[in-house]
Amino acid sequence: MVQSEKVIEMIGITKKFGEFKANDNIHLDVKKGEIHALLGENGAGKSTLMNMLSGLLTPTSGQIRVNGQDVSISSPNVANDLGIGMVHQHFMLVEKFSVTENIVLGKEEHRFGFMDKDTANKQVQELSDRYGLSVDPKKLVENITVGMQQRVEILKTLYRGADILIFDEPTGVLTPQEIQELMSIMRKLVSEGKSIILITHKLDEIKQVADRCTVIRRGKSIDTVNVRETSQQELADMMVGRSVSFTVDKKPAEPKEAVLKVENLTVKESRGYDAVKNVSFEVKAGEVLGIAGVDGNGQSQLISAITGLMKSASGKITLNGKNITNKKPRMITESGLGHIPEDRHKFGLVLPMTLEENIALQTYYQKPFSNHGFLNYKEIKSYAKKLIEEFDVRTPSEVHSASSLSGGNQQKAIIAREIARDPDFLIAAQPTRGLDVGAIEYIHKRLVEQRDKGRAVLLMSYELDEIMNVSDRIAVMYDGRIIAVVDAKETTEQELGLLMAGVDKNRASAETVTAE
Amino acid sequence: MDILVLLQLIVSSSLMYAAPLIFTALGGTFSERSGVVNIGLEGIMVMGAFMSAVFNLLMFDTFGGLTPWLGLLAGGLIGVLFSLIHAVATINLRADHIVSGTVINLAAPALAVFLTKIIFDAAQTGPLARSFGRSNILGLQNIPVIGPIFFENTSGPAYLGILVAGIAWVVLFKTRFGLRLRSVGEHPQAAETLGINVLRFKYYGVMISGLLGGIGGAIQAQAIHNEFGILTVAGQGFIAMAAMIFGKWNPLGAMGAAVFFGFAQSLSRVGSYIPVIQDIPNIWLQVLPYLLTILILVGLIGRSEAPKKLGITYIKGN
Repeated sequence: MVQSEKVIEMIGITKKFGEFKANDNIHLDVKKGEIHALLGENGAGKSTLMNMLSGLLTPTSGQIRVNGQDVSISSPNVANDLGIGMVHQHFMLVEKFSVTENIVLGKEEHRFGFMDKDTANKQVQELSDRYGLSVDPKKLVENITVGMQQRVEILKTLYRGADILIFDEPTGVLTPQEIQELMSIMRKLVSEGKSIILITHKLDEIKQVADRCTVIRRGKSIDTVNVRETSQQELADMMVGRSVSFTVDKKPAEPKEAVLKVENLTVKESRGYDAVKNVSFEVKAGEVLGIAGVDGNGQSQLISAITGLMKSASGKITLNGKNITNKKPRMITESGLGHIPEDRHKFGLVLPMTLEENIALQTYYQKPFSNHGFLNYKEIKSYAKKLIEEFDVRTPSEVHSASSLSGGNQQKAIIAREIARDPDFLIAAQPTRGLDVGAIEYIHKRLVEQRDKGRAVLLMSYELDEIMNVSDRIAVMYDGRIIAVVDAKETTEQELGLLMAGVDKNRASAETVTAE
Repeated sequence: MDILVLLQLIVSSSLMYAAPLIFTALGGTFSERSGVVNIGLEGIMVMGAFMSAVFNLLMFDTFGGLTPWLGLLAGGLIGVLFSLIHAVATINLRADHIVSGTVINLAAPALAVFLTKIIFDAAQTGPLARSFGRSNILGLQNIPVIGPIFFENTSGPAYLGILVAGIAWVVLFKTRFGLRLRSVGEHPQAAETLGINVLRFKYYGVMISGLLGGIGGAIQAQAIHNEFGILTVAGQGFIAMAAMIFGKWNPLGAMGAAVFFGFAQSLSRVGSYIPVIQDIPNIWLQVLPYLLTILILVGLIGRSEAPKKLGITYIKGN
């Protein structure tokens, strides 16, 4: 029977939230033993579709078949019984529980309600050995690496006997080496007879592991293609609906005098440890300095210290020749800083306030926006309208709340606010996090444009592609230190990956050479 | 005074004051481990105290010597009922936990005193028919030295509380139920994706807190005040919450902290027999437990290991 080799069929799936159609007549089928990529921009409806497979949502209309049988997946338990398991993007792990406790939760080995820890630990160890997913069953999840946390997530699904595994954007938090490991784990799972759905917007990952790929755009399924016969460019164009360019066109940098100087900076976290340790660097006019590193190696604290959001314990920060160490954020801003913050919801925007108010957030107290303490809404409105136009912020109006905008447009609004003030020094922290190719392309262009205008740009990102594409020089942070500064044209992804993992510069270069 | 007699006096009076705190702090532990802040414990204790007092006075003729013990059940049941208000408000209606708890704390004393007035035509119930008094614990008073200090003529409810604390610890950390309850307080989304009914476990947590808080109130009325009036509970619920935090949301820790607070409260009674302490003006000893509560909360909050999603309303699919 031809039908039986399809493990999942989703036929004409529509999901409405009120009037909004998150999924509109989507078709998807997954064959046994394949890695099937689900590609789409953010907000295209990938997660909604998968939540219907994992039982967190139910479709408004349409039919789901698992192994040829019509099913209605009304709860996670039903999905579980059907052999569907989801590896979530944001790990669904209880940090204070042990690896084993996380894996068995909800399906515990017990005697009269009492936990049977020994049997559970043994089962987890066996499962871990069988699939080559090395974990330490007795360790607390808060004490293990991100890579191992992900293996725990995978084991959770295998423990429940899953045959169909859904990986939701699994590589976002991993280092390049961990990504390679994950890829081989996925191949191994497929060779053991499992089927995998890989949700992603990273094209190179699809090219690397996936067999087929279904593209979703604005809630509709566009096409399902064989990955081998389709180029990255074709995939990207299908996803966005127009032709996109991946690389940033830029002339060689013409760096001039240093605009920002950081000397021997140390920043203490609230819990007392040093998050940034004796860091020194400078950013010159007309260059983009990238800061690479795995999340949590002091990058956020470094930026908080420069922008005045956190106190520096020691060291000196100079902007345009002015000492801004431990000065108030407004004073630092007025000294020529533009800041696109890492967390746009927490620091970039006041979500319940209107777009025009958000756009005036850095300048509202100055003339003409303010007069003797009263806001001049007429000026604010016309200024906001101008920026919305210029920066192509898609919004029904300037008086809609910032929260009603999509992530990409929220980010454009922030960029408009910061760049329009024409700062000499621009910090962009994770400026494209969670955005799709189209928006990323736009933002990268704007950053390079600032550089070409002779401004200094500091780009912090966990995405290696972004760092390598946009930066002129790259500083790698590890454990609170800048362990190397390399030329973006001369380095390789592999070298950066090793540096990010804390391998020192000489060894990283040597290993890269031998590997090639 | 003989040192043995003095020790016995301190221990038994500490335990007597600790008993209501132990139960209520254990109740708070269950609620908060499931992620629901229950500052309504103060109000729940008031209702428990009121209900047990009414039960004690009205049912003594039927139950005789068993009355105070059955009064605990009466108090516990009304506690469960009152905690359900908090559960519906915070879990289903997504109300702020503090606001809902405050409503209970304001409503409970008003309602209890109002009903007292209707039933007894006075602001207080007057002396109960039978209070707990003092008892020997399971023949353990015959152990030399330790026996008389700890187990002779002492508080029965306190020892029941210590037993319940042990059971609570086993339930929270050694059973399937406990693992699931804690997972709901730490990471409800994770629990949900594993097929655990998050809202149901939050209900369990809040209802257990109502049961134990109500029992705590019943002990307060029947073992300490021997009546019910507006001053019967007077902040004990808040002190119990401090004990829970001091005990790091661990039943044994909460029990230990409750005994410590019990000791602090007993000082105003027995302080006059203890050298040095007898020179401190009594008003300071009366203030001491409240002062300690504030100091401990100020010192520990933020550093203490609260359940991760404590006080955050869980919305399915978010």
